Amino acid sequence: MTDTSGTAGHGRDIDELYQQVIIEHNRHPRNFGALEPHTHRAEGYNPLCGDHLFVSLNIDEQGTIQAVSFEGDGCAISKASASLMTMALKGKKIEEARMLFDEFRRLILKEMDAAREPNHLGKLTVFSGVWKYPSRVKCAILAWHTMKGALDNAKTVSTE
Amino acid sequence: MNMAFDVKRIREDFPNLAAQGRDAKPIVYFDNAATTFKPCQVIALTHSHYCHRTANIHRGVHYLSEVATAEYESTREKVRRFLNARSLSEIIFTKGATESINLVAASYGRKFLKSGDEVIISQMEHHSNIVPWQMLREETGCVLRVVPISDAGELMLDEYRKLLGPRTKLVAMVHVSNSLGTVNPVKDIIKEAHSAGAVVLIDAAQGVTHEPVDVQLWDADFVVFSGHKMFGPTGVGVLYGKERLLESMPPYQGGGDMILSVDFDKTIYNRLPHKFEAGTPNVAGVIGLGAAIDYMNSLSWAEVIDYKKDLLQHGTKLLSTIPDLRMIGSATEKAPIFSFTLRDIHAHDIGTLLDREGFAIRTGHHCTQPVMKRFGIPATSRASLAFYNTREELEAFAVALKKVVEVFK
Repeated sequence: MTDTSGTAGHGRDIDELYQQVIIEHNRHPRNFGALEPHTHRAEGYNPLCGDHLFVSLNIDEQGTIQAVSFEGDGCAISKASASLMTMALKGKKIEEARMLFDEFRRLILKEMDAAREPNHLGKLTVFSGVWKYPSRVKCAILAWHTMKGALDNAKTVSTE
Repeated sequence: MNMAFDVKRIREDFPNLAAQGRDAKPIVYFDNAATTFKPCQVIALTHSHYCHRTANIHRGVHYLSEVATAEYESTREKVRRFLNARSLSEIIFTKGATESINLVAASYGRKFLKSGDEVIISQMEHHSNIVPWQMLREETGCVLRVVPISDAGELMLDEYRKLLGPRTKLVAMVHVSNSLGTVNPVKDIIKEAHSAGAVVLIDAAQGVTHEPVDVQLWDADFVVFSGHKMFGPTGVGVLYGKERLLESMPPYQGGGDMILSVDFDKTIYNRLPHKFEAGTPNVAGVIGLGAAIDYMNSLSWAEVIDYKKDLLQHGTKLLSTIPDLRMIGSATEKAPIFSFTLRDIHAHDIGTLLDREGFAIRTGHHCTQPVMKRFGIPATSRASLAFYNTREELEAFAVALKKVVEVFK
């Protein structure tokens, strides 16, 4: 494993992945549960590890996300990612949600250096260490793919 | 504990044990049920085959082809002795246990099973011993019956006896469970099936490293295993079948080497075992498997069995000290496979946190989704040990698990 920044020692790598924010959102996920009414909903599934969730959105006629929730089961990374995503999306326009999806995807694939490039990720940068664990990237992005699927009116999204 | 087994010396034979993991941490390899490391002897023989003796087999009249053919066929003899089979005709090389099962399902199954005939499997089968029979069901209309397992992860033999009947044509059962560690009473399973007139396939993919497999003692009809789970190369495996049964079965694949003559009007198939080995086989893989068998023969089974029993007992004791660790699979007869859940921490989080400490374990359903369903869990974390693992590694593992719990506190 090469780390060009030279700052990632033993403890830090994992701390970057299992940060307190992630542990806390895993334990107390926000916007967790069914959402009624909703205008958009999709199911996300990672057959490899069994992570399974639903994302529901209520979007008004102006294209603003009034409410968003998730339900389901998964690892700490996937649950915390879903929880933080719902917080980030509330009040955003559909175009902004799509833009955030793209920024988040680039972040966790290390296509973006969030410290240097302008972005709108805010708290979501806690996931910037995920790229070091390729087998876990899908956990972090499952909720986002599911959200995008809901916007695109897909019923089911699979990360395989 | 039997101290005759010199694990320190044995470990020197496995260069991969010195590998570094994430952040250059030394690796503790506890994923042996997925695949095992290979001793130098296997690596060296495979390497020298490619360096000095590469040739296709069976057809060449030139020197290298004769040498490669002799090495390939001498492995067949090694496998025959390893399994105590009667004849070389009974040893078929495949690309792994999975292909061996598919061969039996496709060839024996399609020819001899009809609508309404029953195939008995168990709840602890690997997907590779479930799906081929479901595919056969699609094609023939045969019926799949499943023997349940107990809370300890043991086969419920009374239920098995109830399922056996005049409609039972085939029983396909695992020897040692990859996700529970359970060792099944293979000899009894086969005896009962034979009384009902059924033939039996034993999936010994995990079992061949657990105890000696004697196909005559078992009276098994088919036995399958893979090379890479017994310290050999990937991409090579074995199907043992009783000669009488193999003779009665049509070829599984058509191609070169499995024929005696080909004409557009009529093709005559080759004799056993070549009838089932169409195309150029994994020559180097088979030769490497021979080296793996030689390696296992160089060890004492009694010592290996004692040593692994000690690892099982020591590991079970250590893990029982971790609060809220639930062991999945506590059979009386068990291989050193520790499958567990820990509080409500997801298996993949446990796997990643342990990986950071250098431990290679497997997390997920281990290709045994019905087992997960039986225990009402989505996944387990699994540490599976080989004879080159140590008590010290288990002790470090218990410490690392306690650290995982701390992270999620």
